[in-house]
Amino acid sequence: MKAKHCIAMGLFASIAGVAGMSTAADEPVVGLITKTETNPFFVKMKEGAQAAAKKQGVKLLTAAGKVDGDNAGQVTAIENMMLAGAKAILITPNDSKAIVPAIKKARDQGVMVIALDSPADPATATDALFATDNFVAGQMIGQYAKAAMGTKPVKIATLDLFPGHPVGIARHNGFMAGMGMAGVDAKTTGLAKRADVVCMADTYGDQGKAQTAMENCLQKNPDITLVYTINEPAAAGAYKALTAVGKEKGVMIVSIDGGCAGVRDVKAGHIAATSQQYPLKMAALGVDAGAAYARTGKKASGYVDTGVTLISDHPQAGVASKDTAFGTSGCWGK
Amino acid sequence: MQPNLEPAAPAAPVSLKLDAPGPRQRLMELLPPLNVLGPLVALLVAGAFFASQTDRFLSGQNFSLILQQVMVVGVIAIGQTLIILTAGIDLSCGMAMALGSVVTTKFAVDYGIHPYAAVLCGMAVCVLIGFINGALVTSIKLPPFIVTLGTMNIAFAVTQIYSQAQTVTGLPDALTFFGNTFHIGQTSITYGTVLMLALYLLTWLFLRETAPGRHLYAVGNNPEAARLTGIATSRVLVGVYMMAGVFYGIAALLSVARMGVGDPQAGQTDNLDSITAVVLGGTSLFGGRGAILGTLVGVLIVGVFRNGLTLMGVPSVVQILVTGVLVILAVATDQLTHKKG
Amino acid sequence: MDTPDTIFKARGLVKRYGGVTALDGTDFDLRAGEILAVIGDNGAGKSSLIKALSGAVIPDEGELHLDGQAVRFKSPIDARRHGIETVYQDLAVAPAMTIAENLFLGRELLRPGVLGRWLRLIDKQRMLTEAEGHMRDLKIGIRSMKQAVGTLSGGQRQGVAVARSTAFAKHVVILDEPTAALGVKEGNMVLELIRRVRDRGLPVILISHNMPHVFEIADRIHIQRLGKRVAVVDPKHISMSDTVAVMTGAKEVDDLPEQARA
Repeated sequence: MKAKHCIAMGLFASIAGVAGMSTAADEPVVGLITKTETNPFFVKMKEGAQAAAKKQGVKLLTAAGKVDGDNAGQVTAIENMMLAGAKAILITPNDSKAIVPAIKKARDQGVMVIALDSPADPATATDALFATDNFVAGQMIGQYAKAAMGTKPVKIATLDLFPGHPVGIARHNGFMAGMGMAGVDAKTTGLAKRADVVCMADTYGDQGKAQTAMENCLQKNPDITLVYTINEPAAAGAYKALTAVGKEKGVMIVSIDGGCAGVRDVKAGHIAATSQQYPLKMAALGVDAGAAYARTGKKASGYVDTGVTLISDHPQAGVASKDTAFGTSGCWGK
Repeated sequence: MQPNLEPAAPAAPVSLKLDAPGPRQRLMELLPPLNVLGPLVALLVAGAFFASQTDRFLSGQNFSLILQQVMVVGVIAIGQTLIILTAGIDLSCGMAMALGSVVTTKFAVDYGIHPYAAVLCGMAVCVLIGFINGALVTSIKLPPFIVTLGTMNIAFAVTQIYSQAQTVTGLPDALTFFGNTFHIGQTSITYGTVLMLALYLLTWLFLRETAPGRHLYAVGNNPEAARLTGIATSRVLVGVYMMAGVFYGIAALLSVARMGVGDPQAGQTDNLDSITAVVLGGTSLFGGRGAILGTLVGVLIVGVFRNGLTLMGVPSVVQILVTGVLVILAVATDQLTHKKG
Repeated sequence: MDTPDTIFKARGLVKRYGGVTALDGTDFDLRAGEILAVIGDNGAGKSSLIKALSGAVIPDEGELHLDGQAVRFKSPIDARRHGIETVYQDLAVAPAMTIAENLFLGRELLRPGVLGRWLRLIDKQRMLTEAEGHMRDLKIGIRSMKQAVGTLSGGQRQGVAVARSTAFAKHVVILDEPTAALGVKEGNMVLELIRRVRDRGLPVILISHNMPHVFEIADRIHIQRLGKRVAVVDPKHISMSDTVAVMTGAKEVDDLPEQARA
């Protein structure tokens, strides 16, 4: 009995050893799953990942959900990548709660999972998070707006995302905190409001809907002086609504994202300042971490802030910013 | 055959003199106007409510604003109404509109094509999608829901790929004409809203007064009867999807004019929004029954609520809740008042 | 059986569906001004015969003659163009549309001139007036032509369908089970209506399972059995039970007295 066991174990071990050796000889496989295929933000992420993969000698697999919010497509992608032997998976979750079971299954199999751009829920469901601090991004433009408005009367309209979305809440509350509102921090769960916020409307990040929202806000309060927008397409819609009533020169618009089209709008004076985020950096760091894990077994952990830069051509004292030339060099999209 | 004009025999044939219409039948006779009356009352009640809650609601300028805000979905909803009247449905309308607007703007800006020609190209794309929808529904007999679900995805993908998900800017003035305004007193009115109202009027006349319009109703109400009485049902169906495509093309132009850009992300919720407007307006999803003016009221109801609630400072999630309740009320009312005799 | 007043006749109609022979050399005669009932058991070829006469089915063999002329119907619309109108069992009406609209469904009256020819605008007033006229001709007492057909009772709806066929028929009206879905009172109403159609000079072919009704209004009865016409009988000179017996094959035609035949 004992001898048979020994031979069996020996055979098994050598096969495993050979198999192990052969995969080690190939490139490690890292997967990147984005929310959608076409959003320029994720296109830039993919570019960053591909460049980093080449540098690291890593094989990159990519996939995406069909549309914003498609969880099932991302679950399928995780399963397929595991089958293809991915050691690490980078993912921008479409549904931060619903994706957790699939992530757990992957991690149980020894795959390292890193969330990019937005966290899973709970955030500890992934090994690490490489993302923009959306609260900080909002805070920067809030601080800028506070300084830039100076002594001018402040009547604020916030053009938000849609009810309940964590990114929408984080950016909005960051803005309010930057504007000096007390008692608001990254953990605040509702949208912060105070007396000088005269209108809050939802845009779904869509230019057309933002235009409608701005028009209705202006109808409600013609003397709005400052507009916070969830992203740059929303800012474009707000700007159009302001021009229709001739108010574009007197009202300040601030935004977040740092896409190339948005930076152009800053340059043209439509947007006063925008917080630029770096999808490329998120992906590159993710691929580096994946390569490190595959080669050394060292897992990434915790939250890595991939950085936000305030972009404006009219810097304000006490608020660090860079100009649009810098913004253009680091922007994503076209 | 000439009608028999002899005076009717005094001793009326008892066996065939049918009972005088009872109260229920009298009510039913009144019902066609009731179709639109219900939603209209709802609209007026909503308007009165908002007028009482905020003094910024009741003004010419605000009404003109609401009309502008609904004009794109409003025109899309015309096409949707026609299709729903034939017991069909179109989920691809918003994506067709977006593709049309991207084609128009890219042709004008990137290739320097004359704006009018670019507009026609955009419209041609929308009509083509309509033709594909109609052809698949009639020839392979696939349910419209499935067909338009497919073309919706195809149109979306083509739009994203062709535009590379980038908005098209720098448009020639001619493309944004319908966003321009003229003044009546203190109120500025957009040419696009006038166009929308004119299109509703034309469609109303078409449906009420022309033979092809009546055939639409017949095909939706009882396609077998339509076929047996000599109506070319396949041609009617393909025609209606293509005609809807024309409206989507016009909506694309209005979208471009309103936003000043060609936006590939536009129109993503327009399919459900237009269906909501049609349902709120009292048109039956089962086909054969409904009024185009009801759709206009439905479109306005949604616009009024969105505008009014924002003016009142109510969170927009409440607006979504209200829309859902209204839809159920509208469908329930329709079902209760039109029990099959 | 050709008589000088034969309006519509068929000889040797054959129709096969795969391995099944529905019509096996059927003959048919319809005389001017009569109500001819067609009866037969299931599988006798009754519905195939009617479909061949109304253009819904093209026979494999055989010929049709209308008013002395040989005809071929390529479709029900084709038969309609020859002046043969059919009222189907499910009536083919659009319930949400008005009586006037249903009467002229597919054949709307257009406004004169450009309005009618190019814009296809309907002449609603004329449709209403003519609809009223047709209904009055048949003495159907519905007050308003603007009522939606869906709000009418079964008998009234049948009236609308019959009025439509009568308005446009030039030669023959075919009625498929007109009293099947109706109660006693309304069934009698429809029988009276059928008599009025005949009185206006249109011969009627009536398909029915309802023997009492058949015996009440038919001038002659065509009995179909096993794909052939086995007899044409005179309801005034034959009993209902004998007729049914011939229909089911329990009795042979030759067993009938001479005067029972028609």
